[in-house]
Amino acid sequence: MIDVKELTAKINELAEGMRPTTVMEVCGTHTHAIMKYGIRQLLPRNIRLVSGPGCPVCVTSQADIARALTVASRKNVIFMCFGDMMRVPCGKQSLLSLRDSGADVRIADSPMAALRVARENPSRDVIWYGVGFETTAPATAAAADAALQTGVRNFSILSAHKTMPAALRALLGKGSRVDALLCPGHVATIIGSDAFRFVADELKKPAVIAGFGAQEILAALAIITAMIKKGEVRCVNAYPTAVTASGNEAAMKLLLRVFEPCDAQWRGLGVIPESGLALKGEYKALDTATRFDLFDNIHVPDDDRGCICASVLRGDAEPENCPNFGVACTPTTPLGPCMVSGEGSCAAAYAYGGSRV
Amino acid sequence: MCIAIPGCVVAVELDEAEIDYGGVKKKASTCLCENVTPGDRVLVHAGFIIKVLSKDEGEELERLVAETMELFGP
Repeated sequence: MIDVKELTAKINELAEGMRPTTVMEVCGTHTHAIMKYGIRQLLPRNIRLVSGPGCPVCVTSQADIARALTVASRKNVIFMCFGDMMRVPCGKQSLLSLRDSGADVRIADSPMAALRVARENPSRDVIWYGVGFETTAPATAAAADAALQTGVRNFSILSAHKTMPAALRALLGKGSRVDALLCPGHVATIIGSDAFRFVADELKKPAVIAGFGAQEILAALAIITAMIKKGEVRCVNAYPTAVTASGNEAAMKLLLRVFEPCDAQWRGLGVIPESGLALKGEYKALDTATRFDLFDNIHVPDDDRGCICASVLRGDAEPENCPNFGVACTPTTPLGPCMVSGEGSCAAAYAYGGSRV
Repeated sequence: MCIAIPGCVVAVELDEAEIDYGGVKKKASTCLCENVTPGDRVLVHAGFIIKVLSKDEGEELERLVAETMELFGP
């Protein structure tokens, strides 16, 4: 494996005299790894790394959280989700506070665990909260398919799944000050490196798919730096151990059989057309929102806590620019979703010192 | 949330595999990844194997960086 020192030296050598360059990453695991390994501190001053909307917990809209809280508090419901979702605040509530007040909210590490609970509790309504990008959506699709095939009627899915390419088009289009993209490695494992070619071909920005080790991230940044220096624009797969051009075709086939694109609201980015995943065809029978009538009748609390989550999620501001960061908002008392999730920009900056190091 | 954990396949039975994560063993579904066999290094996300990792230990990335530097480098 290539040496970190060697890669750092290469990037610094290439960047000499180069125009100021902003590279965005859009994966919570990259955000965390970049902070953990101190990658920003290894880079020259003219290369700036910013975090985009890569944490699914952080980009889940207030309305989607309100919908989850509404249905989770209904009688006879067992509401199941990934642990990261438990503390996301919405008004004065969260899934955790609901559980403390008696609602049956449970953490699961897989949608299949929720399906198991549904089979074990046939007289209860078991809901899986589908949150995540293309890495996670096939797992929800597999649970939906298994539920339908085996006739588990008390199981349903509240889908807040989102897709990355549509968000990137919205974020990196005209007027964007991002020069290059560090593409999310595990989303690419599913959708394939070819799915990111539009970043280079249409948006005219270098795009490099990166793994999650220090060497892998630095190697991707070295490739980006070399391209910027030479004015080359390509999409390069720098995570070849896990990513192929076409991705995981079985997972994509299942995802496309169960879900169809829908407009989705992203925290910080607004509504992005065709960027969400809704159950389709026969799988619509598993849709929690339809089954429990969770549409315009949901009260969405106004959540102005003085946080600047929207700017942080667009890469327009650093966590440290927020007046609440590290003062009123900490990992133990988070005010905004970017501090709630371990993969959020604010939580990573708090844990590793962020740009203050 | 998109974190995927690498592990080694110990055994496969029907559509489930037992994965060894450096001593901790847990089952994962093979339904998103066909042809998983014992000894494979795999990536697991949300209870599903999403990729059988290539056996390469970084040589491919090293070659890629060297090639890129040659193409675009100073």
